[in-house]
Amino acid sequence: MTAVPTRPSDPSEDARPVLDASDIARALTRIAHEIVERNKGCADLVLLGIPSRGVPLAHRIAARLEEIEGTSVPVGSLDITMYRDDLRTQPARTLEVTDLPAQGIDGAVVVLVDDVLFSGRTTRAALDAVSDIGRPRAVQLAVLVDRGHRELPIRADYVGKNLPTSLRESVHVQLLELDDRDAVTLGMDGDVLDHGHDAGIAGVGERE
Amino acid sequence: MKRHLLSTADLDRSDALLVLDTAEELARVADRPIKKMPTLRGRTVVNLFYEDSTRTRISFEAAAKRLSADVINFSAKGSSVSKGESLKDTALTLAAMGADAVVVRHSMSGAPHRLAHADWLDAHVINAGDGTHEHPTQALLDAFTLRRHLRDRVETPASGAPALDGLHVAIVGDVLHSRVARSNVHLLNTLGARVTLVAPPTLMPMNIEDWSCELSYALDPVLPEVDAVMMLRVQSERMDGSFFPSAREYSRRYGLDERRLNLMAEHALVMHPGPMNRGLEISASAADSPRSVIVEQVRNGVSVRMAVLYLLLSGSEPAIGHQEGVA
Repeated sequence: MTAVPTRPSDPSEDARPVLDASDIARALTRIAHEIVERNKGCADLVLLGIPSRGVPLAHRIAARLEEIEGTSVPVGSLDITMYRDDLRTQPARTLEVTDLPAQGIDGAVVVLVDDVLFSGRTTRAALDAVSDIGRPRAVQLAVLVDRGHRELPIRADYVGKNLPTSLRESVHVQLLELDDRDAVTLGMDGDVLDHGHDAGIAGVGERE
Repeated sequence: MKRHLLSTADLDRSDALLVLDTAEELARVADRPIKKMPTLRGRTVVNLFYEDSTRTRISFEAAAKRLSADVINFSAKGSSVSKGESLKDTALTLAAMGADAVVVRHSMSGAPHRLAHADWLDAHVINAGDGTHEHPTQALLDAFTLRRHLRDRVETPASGAPALDGLHVAIVGDVLHSRVARSNVHLLNTLGARVTLVAPPTLMPMNIEDWSCELSYALDPVLPEVDAVMMLRVQSERMDGSFFPSAREYSRRYGLDERRLNLMAEHALVMHPGPMNRGLEISASAADSPRSVIVEQVRNGVSVRMAVLYLLLSGSEPAIGHQEGVA
């Protein structure tokens, strides 16, 4: 079997810590407050996490929204594998779970949640996936880390941390739900130059 | 490096589980308002059918279209085949038209293998039933259906994810002419299930002792022990002799009717690959009973074939199946 797992490997030894557990917690709390402020509450809100690490982030944001507003916000996961533009450049990928809230997303304000915003290609794929499952009133984007180097005209509405990086670096997000700790680290990725425009997708530790 | 799906014997346990898990995700597409994904846009899938088929061809066509592939349907009737064109010349024509995958059904066992290995065309070959040899996607959709319904009864294996471990499945009827039986025996074994073949001695294949399964000439003693019974169609079109004295006698000894249904365990499923000969191998009351999953098998067929097409076609190299040039 040669399907490529989308779980990133562990960051290298010399990776530099960027955010620790409490930084991540504070960033998510701020994002939750910004979501409430921008949307004047959380009526009609649906959070869709992009697997794998967007999903636990979406659940964490939803928990904070419930603390702030006292209402529960539907959370789902949206696999974008079938919508990727680089499917042909790699072996067939294993699909992740798509699990939509029962009420659907028609007329809702969908907040896409992902760990790292890089080229913007994952977000582009997610927008296509969203339009195939319904017609939301609006789509917003929340990311834990924006590392720049966009290749498409896409920006995030809510950013946990703006992290200037070089293309040679790789951003690793670890979350307790999937890894052994909460952390964001920045390491050097020796292979990245070979990947050309696929850098982020093929990079060792990134989702985008 | 090019790969095909010719036989379930080519699939190891992780390949088979990957197909089933992928199909599980793709099954959700059927519940969406837009039952389509852009994944195979620009790829061409040819349905090459030398033998009549309703559900398999429609199922492959629906699967390819849901993945946005272009589908060309070719049936031997009304084509140059009736003017005497050979498989080779048809294959060269398809190659010239740029087929990325060829789904082939043929009355001759081995035709898909020939197509895959003769160097006539550079496409993935998917066996949709060849003679009395194999029908791998049928076996995969049967496994998918079994897993969905009997998940709670599957034993946890010593290592790895559970598949169909510990389940006991009876395959009943015209085993001799059945490609479904052969594909299922391979796959069910790979996935950890126990198989009992039930057929009259005249409808058991030669060298059946070499198949890794149990045999029985009587149906009644087997029924209480199984988690599912797969009834096979009596394939009169492949029978060039008399294999049983009369349809009535066959039906009395091997047909699944109300009485036999009541011998089965409460949870046990009734399956049939279709098309059914109602009144021969299965009675109408058994086919339409609540424990029959025959219609669901058809629905699951689309998801499983989407998974196979996705895994073979979407990437730069396929994730499953037969690998050329590698020992």
